[in-house]
Amino acid sequence: MAVTAPAFETIAPPAASARRRRYTEDQVPVGRLLLRMLAGLIVLVVFILPYTIMFFGSVKTKAQIRSVDPTYFPTEWHWENYVNMWSTPETPLVQNLISTIVISVFATLLVLAVALPAAYYTARFRFPGRMVFLFLVIVTQMLQPAVLTSGLFRQFVAFGIIDTWAAMILVNAAFNLSFAVWIMHSFFAGVPKEVDEAAQIDGAGRLTVLFRINLPLVWPGIVTAIVFTFVACWNEFAASLVILSTAGNQPLSVALTKFVGQYETSWHYVFGVSIVAIIPVVVLFMIIEKRLVGGLTAGSVK
Amino acid sequence: MSTTIDTSSTRAGAAEGRPRPDGPSVRQRKPGGRDLVAALPWVAPAVLLIFAIVLFPAGFMFYNSTRDISISGLDQGSVGFDNYVEVFTFPYFWPIFLRTIVWVVAVVGVTVVISLGLAQILNKAFPGRRIVRLAVIIPWAASVVMTTMVVYYGLEPYFGIINTFLVDVGLIQTPEGYGWTRNPETAFAWSIVIAIFVSLPFTTYTILAGLQTVPADVLEAAKMDGAGPARTYFGVVLPQLRGALSVAVLINIINVFNSLPILKIMTGSIPGYDADTIMTMIFKYIQNQHKVDVASALSVVAFLIVIVIVAVYVKVVKPMREV
Repeated sequence: MAVTAPAFETIAPPAASARRRRYTEDQVPVGRLLLRMLAGLIVLVVFILPYTIMFFGSVKTKAQIRSVDPTYFPTEWHWENYVNMWSTPETPLVQNLISTIVISVFATLLVLAVALPAAYYTARFRFPGRMVFLFLVIVTQMLQPAVLTSGLFRQFVAFGIIDTWAAMILVNAAFNLSFAVWIMHSFFAGVPKEVDEAAQIDGAGRLTVLFRINLPLVWPGIVTAIVFTFVACWNEFAASLVILSTAGNQPLSVALTKFVGQYETSWHYVFGVSIVAIIPVVVLFMIIEKRLVGGLTAGSVK
Repeated sequence: MSTTIDTSSTRAGAAEGRPRPDGPSVRQRKPGGRDLVAALPWVAPAVLLIFAIVLFPAGFMFYNSTRDISISGLDQGSVGFDNYVEVFTFPYFWPIFLRTIVWVVAVVGVTVVISLGLAQILNKAFPGRRIVRLAVIIPWAASVVMTTMVVYYGLEPYFGIINTFLVDVGLIQTPEGYGWTRNPETAFAWSIVIAIFVSLPFTTYTILAGLQTVPADVLEAAKMDGAGPARTYFGVVLPQLRGALSVAVLINIINVFNSLPILKIMTGSIPGYDADTIMTMIFKYIQNQHKVDVASALSVVAFLIVIVIVAVYVKVVKPMREV
């Protein structure tokens, strides 16, 4: 799993400087450069195409988007869709958005609260069962909520928390915990032990060492773990589908599927809501882009 | 496992140019009971969460798979392996099983091949590369549900924009279209396309990370020896990518096998079982037929398949040992 772990902090800066150097020193022929740009342009277009269709659709009227003679580009821009879509009758979208936010935020906080101490301690100290714990974390990574849904469903019925946000917060936290532990573990392991020891000699307690000394050093790893967990929770589908049955409790991922197969689907609203839901997580992901090249595989089985 | 962790800790330290941490223990003595007590407040919450929400439901699922559970959710006693008998004697089970294999192999195989090419492009220097790299991230961050929905809409007869495009370029004859999402075969084929599309970013980025580990002087040496681009790629670069590729393939297999939303949206409204995989079948048992007991049995089967895939894969490819 640790194949690319070492890459974390070293990869991005050298790659950036190497790029700058190569233009001038290596003298890439202009023709080859243009060819690369063309290839890059094709890739760019393919990858943003579905989301461009989504965006164009979101500003069309229902008549335009369901027209038998559709236009590729919107002929008029109906920005009012972004206001009106929230009161569409298919599903309570405002509540679905709130549900998505609440579940994602609290699951991410829970992951952080639980994974941070575990990652720090296992990276710093030996104790009986340490390997067992890390093995447990790896095993969890191999599993996903989808394959355990029927077990989770029955369990939450028995516990009386079926169809609650609490249930989905727990599920999202548990299944994203392993990745967060791994990635933070490898960052903590990169901080020299001498730093800790020096602080302890100066009379700092373990919590002080963790928060005052280590956190500033491993901050990038924590941000990566937070973003990854949050995005995974934001988009979770399989478990929510079964565990949350009340329309108002469901996150957007589940709620939007209700539009499929409707007699007269309001696609323009589906797309408006999708754009609103996609932009924040894409921006979050782009913030940690450098670290994606670095080596998410340090702990990622997501 | 221990080698994995030690590698990561020493390497990370070394990479930052700081003194290597000398293993996780400060003291030389063997860790004992007191260390365990000291560790508990730090580690116990994580253990508790894993036990309560991952391991316990897994065990409970095994247990439920041998029970008779009524539609209202009442446990009506043990039925031995009857639920498994129902799973395996279901006439569509083996077609579904085969389709699951096709699904995983097709999606993961094509994803890896395309990603290898994509990573090559993104690894080359050209103006605007950063923007292209950022664009490639979008399907990774965006909800798979939403990405699938836009394709579903695009394929709708008459007004779907992809369908219209195919008519405009002459690939299909009438705007009535082909009934892409009405026929199990075409809906399944399009689902594969979507699954590949959303798997590309992660795979490409993992390969990109692998490409960074190919030493520049080795490439230089290959060039000096007169190796052409193809020879260099297959002889020098690809072997270096072994570690990154094996991790990417393993993770993709697990993800694609467990994937639900794409098929649920694309094929969910088609009657019958001609576009189902094991995963969508589990959810049909739970949601449409309210047979949680049979669903549990099939989930156990799926669970065991995942374990077997991972075990075989780790044994054959040894992704952990490389690099």
